[in-house]
Amino acid sequence: MSGVGFWPPSVLEVVFLLLGLVAVGSALLVVTTRQLVHAALWLVVCFGALAGCYLVLTAEFVAWVQVLIYVGAVVVLLLFGIMLTRAPIGRSDDLDSGNRVVAAVVAVATAGVLVSVVVGGFQHAYADLRPGAGSAEELGASIFRNWVLPFEALSVLLLAALIGAIVLSRTDIKGRR
Amino acid sequence: MIASLVVVLPFAGAVLGLLLSRYPHGRSPAEDLVANKRAAWFGVVPTALSTALIGWLAWEDTPSTSVLTKIDTGGIAITVGLEVAELSVLTAMLVGVVALAVQVYSVGYMRGESRYPSFSAFISLFTSAMLLVVFAADLLVLYVGWEIMGLCSYLLVGHWWEERANSRAAIKAFLVTRLGDVGFLFGIFVLGFAAGSFRIADIMAADIPDSTLVLATLLLLAGVAGKSAQVPLHTWLPDAMAGPTPISALIHAATMVAAGIFVVARLYVLFPQPTLDVLGVAAAIGMLGAALAAFAQNDLKRVLAYSTISQLAYMAAALAGGARDAAVFHLVTHGAFKALLFLCAGAVIHHVGSNLLGHMGGLRRSTPVTFWTMTIGYAALIGLPPASGFFSKDAILYGLERSSSPIQLLLYGSALLTVGVTGAYATRAWLMTFFGTGKIQALPEPAPGTAHVFDGREAPLSMLWPMGVLAVPALLLGFTDAGEFHLAPAVTALVVALLGAAFVYVIWRGAPERDPARLLGAFRDPCEQVFYVDRLYAAVFVRPVLALARGVVRADDHVVDGAVRSTGRATVGLSGLVRHLQNGNAQLYVTGVLAGVLLIAVGAVVLG
Amino acid sequence: MHVVYPAVVAALLFSIGVYGVLARRNTILVLMSVELMLNAVNLNLVAFDVWLRDVLHSGQVLTLFVIVIAAAEVGIGLAIVLAVFRTRKAIELDRLRELGEP
Repeated sequence: MSGVGFWPPSVLEVVFLLLGLVAVGSALLVVTTRQLVHAALWLVVCFGALAGCYLVLTAEFVAWVQVLIYVGAVVVLLLFGIMLTRAPIGRSDDLDSGNRVVAAVVAVATAGVLVSVVVGGFQHAYADLRPGAGSAEELGASIFRNWVLPFEALSVLLLAALIGAIVLSRTDIKGRR
Repeated sequence: MIASLVVVLPFAGAVLGLLLSRYPHGRSPAEDLVANKRAAWFGVVPTALSTALIGWLAWEDTPSTSVLTKIDTGGIAITVGLEVAELSVLTAMLVGVVALAVQVYSVGYMRGESRYPSFSAFISLFTSAMLLVVFAADLLVLYVGWEIMGLCSYLLVGHWWEERANSRAAIKAFLVTRLGDVGFLFGIFVLGFAAGSFRIADIMAADIPDSTLVLATLLLLAGVAGKSAQVPLHTWLPDAMAGPTPISALIHAATMVAAGIFVVARLYVLFPQPTLDVLGVAAAIGMLGAALAAFAQNDLKRVLAYSTISQLAYMAAALAGGARDAAVFHLVTHGAFKALLFLCAGAVIHHVGSNLLGHMGGLRRSTPVTFWTMTIGYAALIGLPPASGFFSKDAILYGLERSSSPIQLLLYGSALLTVGVTGAYATRAWLMTFFGTGKIQALPEPAPGTAHVFDGREAPLSMLWPMGVLAVPALLLGFTDAGEFHLAPAVTALVVALLGAAFVYVIWRGAPERDPARLLGAFRDPCEQVFYVDRLYAAVFVRPVLALARGVVRADDHVVDGAVRSTGRATVGLSGLVRHLQNGNAQLYVTGVLAGVLLIAVGAVVLG
Repeated sequence: MHVVYPAVVAALLFSIGVYGVLARRNTILVLMSVELMLNAVNLNLVAFDVWLRDVLHSGQVLTLFVIVIAAAEVGIGLAIVLAVFRTRKAIELDRLRELGEP
């Protein structure tokens, strides 16, 4: 498809790979760390690195949304959850279940299958990066021209989730008997 | 055309009687009475019409065949048709008259019986079936009637099924005759396939090889022996006396048991000498043995039952000896006088409230009508002139005397001896019933299956009339064939019979209170037990079959059910193992799901 | 930019998410792992959108939608976790076995 070889890598590729390495590494720490709060913080790093990846891939708007929602909202929510469930702050040895070995085997197998499929399938695919392709202007036009209906449906979904969360978390709303 | 009407009329009576007698439904005694009255009309009128039509057929005297339809079976077609011939009209006349007499008789005999409607309907159904057998132009149509007769016999013997013994007797009658019927059916098949048609006329005209004929007729003989209670399938008839007496008169004396003899006479040209010899040996053993058994019985109805076996064997012997017309003649006269005897016995039992000869005596004064009619019946049975039996026995003896059969000596000797024993047992029953001192005592309410208690009066008119009417043919039927009379055998038979009778009379005269059967001495017990045939059958057939049945039940319980049960147990055990996986840990489930998805994906990639 | 790079990174992130979902006891950590898996998908969507130059930008728009749904999911998920914590005093997955065979 293209004559661009893997070696030498371009600057963008190097940057992307470094960011990807950070993301994968921090993700590994998220699932292996023994401190609950650290896991949330490593998640921030992972999401930040991913946002960088999006930037390199010219998807700027997605990158900012990622930072705003994931790093800003989701992780904060998770931290609140950690605090509200009175999770132990500091090291705790029982964060992993007895299922760990089987889980590792399944995960490694998944990784093996996915990586081999992906490498086999897209080894020659090359994407020409065009700055501005993922700008807020382009995406906004696309959303409000072509994706209006899913967008509206999503807003209803968000409303439903909002009400659901309120109902679930309030103790003074009793179910019908 | 008329023949089909003859057959259908009693059938319609049966259907109407079963369906409409109790309409609208009700079970109170008053409604019972209404239902019984209606059922009586449904029973009597069609039979009477049918009998009248048979009379017309006899008057016309033109052989004819009418075919209703031909059923294409893919193989040999079945012809649904009726054939009117001399033999069939004669037998049908007997059936019609006896059935009519029995229908009228049972109106009185079964008075107040709440199941009378079904009883009379079954009699009608039986009459229809027997007429179908008599008129059938096709062997399979004959077989249909033959089996319906067996069914009716079962239903009617078990009429008082509340008592275990009665229902057992019904089942025994059904099973034993069925045993013979299997052979009968296969005999029909052999004949039908050999001749390429089931029509009787075709079969008789067909050129069938001798060996096939011997096989087929021997098979037919099994059915004949079953239906006509011939040795060795005779054991059901005495037990069938558990049924109401009118049934014994109609089915187990005059008609159904005669059907076997009728079939042999009908298909007589087909029977080769070897088959006739077999029939002759069985008949020779049966007539003497049954007569001796009749002499030792204490139950009046069983005396008559064994007498029936003996007389049927008499006819069979005549057939075996080549005297077909004599056999048919005796069939008709025997039907008349044996039905009469049974009806009289029913009246006696009705009167006394017991079946046992030991409980009877001195009935001559209290029941004169019964006495005289029954005396006529006994006279005919013994063969005293001028009663009908005298002529028919004479014809048989004459036939046997001049028979060319290889076992002529055996047949003749046995027949002559039987005449003597017949005279003896008939005299014994007659004396013990009507002479001596009365022994009627107040009996407790009788169990169903015996009879009703009556207090010293004669039976009701509806019972006396049929007896009187039947007494006429029993007395006079012999003269219709008097042209064939031969003096020498008649005198011989008469002398032998009177010898037997006189012997019994002398013994009885010496001590009227005691049973003349004592003259048998040590031989009495084997005679009373019918030479232990029943016990032999029980030991040889019944018990092994029961043991086998129990074994099958056990095998079913342990092997078949065991397999099913252990399958269930194995499944439960296995699921007990598998359920440990369902431990509620959702992570484990998800792990399994993902691992499975992976395996499937890899499998799809590798194998696809 | 070779498409393989983002694709491999996404595959690895997804597998790590799988491990987290299967191996972690704490429900909040499981939720985090789910987020990781969603992000892996997002990265894929963005990379393929860029590569294929989709006129509708379906990849990036769907990424935005997924982010929104993920936010809603975390909200609901945490509400459920809190409700479970209130009634059971525990949020360890392997201690919530009421549905298992006794």
